[in-house]
Amino acid sequence: MLLTDKEIEIVEILERDSRISNEDLAAMAGLEIEETNAAIKKLEDLKVIVRYSSIVDWSKIDGHEGVTAMIDVKVTPKRGVGFDEVAKRIYRFKEVKSVYLMSGAYDLSVIIEGRSMNEVARFVSQKLSTLDSVLSTTTHFILKKYKHDGTIFEQGEEDKRIVVSP
Amino acid sequence: MKQTKSYLSKTVEQLKPSGIRRFFDLASSMEGVVSLGVGEPDFVTPWTVREAAILSLEEGFTSYTANAGLLELRQGISSYLENSFQAVYAPESEIVVTVGASQAIDLALRAILDPGDEVLVIEPCFVSYSPLVTLAGGTPIPVQTKKENDFKIDPADLEKEISKRTKAILLCSPNNPTGTMLNKQELEQVGRLAEKHDLLVISDEIYAELVYDETYTSMAAIPGMRERTILISGFSKGFAMTGWRLGYVCAPEDIAASILKIHQYAMMCAPTMAQHAALEALKTGTLDVIDMRKSYRRRRNYLINSFNELGLDCHNPGGAFYAFPSIQSTGLSSEEFAEKLLLEEKVAVVPGSVFGESGEGFIRCSYASSLEQLQEAVKRIKHFLDNNR
Repeated sequence: MLLTDKEIEIVEILERDSRISNEDLAAMAGLEIEETNAAIKKLEDLKVIVRYSSIVDWSKIDGHEGVTAMIDVKVTPKRGVGFDEVAKRIYRFKEVKSVYLMSGAYDLSVIIEGRSMNEVARFVSQKLSTLDSVLSTTTHFILKKYKHDGTIFEQGEEDKRIVVSP
Repeated sequence: MKQTKSYLSKTVEQLKPSGIRRFFDLASSMEGVVSLGVGEPDFVTPWTVREAAILSLEEGFTSYTANAGLLELRQGISSYLENSFQAVYAPESEIVVTVGASQAIDLALRAILDPGDEVLVIEPCFVSYSPLVTLAGGTPIPVQTKKENDFKIDPADLEKEISKRTKAILLCSPNNPTGTMLNKQELEQVGRLAEKHDLLVISDEIYAELVYDETYTSMAAIPGMRERTILISGFSKGFAMTGWRLGYVCAPEDIAASILKIHQYAMMCAPTMAQHAALEALKTGTLDVIDMRKSYRRRRNYLINSFNELGLDCHNPGGAFYAFPSIQSTGLSSEEFAEKLLLEEKVAVVPGSVFGESGEGFIRCSYASSLEQLQEAVKRIKHFLDNNR
C-alpha cells in the first residue's frame, strides 16, 4: 500500500512516541487536527500501526524475574508452504515473543521470554526441538540490554551545552 | 603597576559588548531553567564522526596540516558543495579550512577591507558581523529587514545604503536569528545589485543543511555570482559539530589566496583531529543530517504553531533552528520581555534587539531542544503571558 508523505510522517512520529497527543502530533506534522485523527484511524484500520507499546527496562524493577533467549532454529521447509507452516507452529506458543525468517546459517530466529532459565530450557527441549521440521536449535540467553529498538537504556548523555549562546 | 594611560585598543574599547553575555550570566546563575536560548544543535556529533576523530588520534595524526587544510578534506568539501548546492570550487586553490565559520568570516573581511570601506550588514543577524567588520578596519552599515516581508531583504532598502565606499554585502541564509531563507529569486535580486554596483557578497551559508520547505540555493550557484561571492560555511550546525570549531571559506582564487595569507600567519591551520572528523562527516554523516533535519522540522512546526496560538505572531522560518516571534502585543521591549520571562518563569530566550535594531520587538527561541522541553517552555510562556497582558 502507498502512504502519503504526511501519513508516513505521522507513523514516524508515533513510532518514536506513541503517547504524543493528537494535537501536538498534528502541529508537528503540519496538519489539521481532523486530518490527523482521520489518518491515525486509517493507519490503525490498515494495521500499519499494529499496536502501541512501551519500552520497559524490567531490570530496574526489584523482584522481577525474567529471562530472554534468542534461539537460532534450523528447520526443514515443507513443499508448498516453505517456512510459513513451521513458523506458525512456533509463533503460536505464548512464550514466543518474536519469530523472524533469517538469511544465513540458520532459518528462524525465535525470541523467548520466560521466568527462569529452566523454564526456557524446558520449552526448548520439550516444545521447540520436538517439532517435526526442527533440525537443531542454538539458545543464547540475553545477559544485559544496552540498547533496544533504537533506545539506549542507560542515558548518560545529559545536555552539555551552555545555557545561552549566539 | 602604576598605570598612567590605557593600553587598550581604542577600536576594541569602543566595541559594544554582546547583549547575549548578560543573559548568559543571569541564566547560568539560576536552577531549573528551560533554555530556548542556545544557538547550537541539541544533538551530539554523530558517533561515526566522533569515532573517526578518536581513530585519527590513535593513529597519531597530531601534527599540522597544510595551511588550507587537508587536501582530502578540501576535495571532500568541493564535491559536497558541487553535489549538494551546485557551487563549484577548486580544492587546490579556492577552499580554505578554518577554525569555525566565525574565523572564516573574520578572514573574508580582513582579506577585502581597507580602512573606511563599508560593508552592508543585513540585520537582524549574528552578533559578530558588525564587530568583525569594525575589527577588520571597515565600517558596518546595517540594512534592516522587516517582519512584514518575513525578514527577507528588500532590494530598495539595500540599494539605498550603497555608497562609493561600499565593498560588500554580508548576509546569512537561512538566517540566525530569524530563520528566514532566501530563495533563488531573492538571491538573484541581491546578486543583480552586487553586479550593478560592483560589490562582493559574503554569504554565510552555515545553516544550508537545515532547510525545511524549499530547496536550498547557494549564492555561489546564482549565474554570474560565483566570481563575486565569498561562501562561508562549516560543520557546526548541519553536522552538530559546534565544539570542533571547523568551518571553511570558498572564494575565487585571488581572494582565497589573500585569505590563506592571513590564515597562515594568524592560525597556521585548523585543528587536525577536527579535520579528520569533518572528513568522516562528509563521508557518512549525511544520513544523520537527514534524521536531524526531520526532527528540527517537526519541532519547528510545533513551536511556531504554539507561538501563534499564544498570540505571539511568528512567521514560518524556512531554515536554521530559530523561531522569531513578535512580543509587541505585550508592550514590553524585547530585553524587558526576555529578562522578566527568565526571572518569573525561568525560560531563557534571547532578546531580538541584540541582533540589530530591527530585532527589537522580537525574541529568538531555539527549537534545538527536545519536544518535552519545548512543551514545558510553551506552558511557562503561556503562564507568563496570562500574567503580563
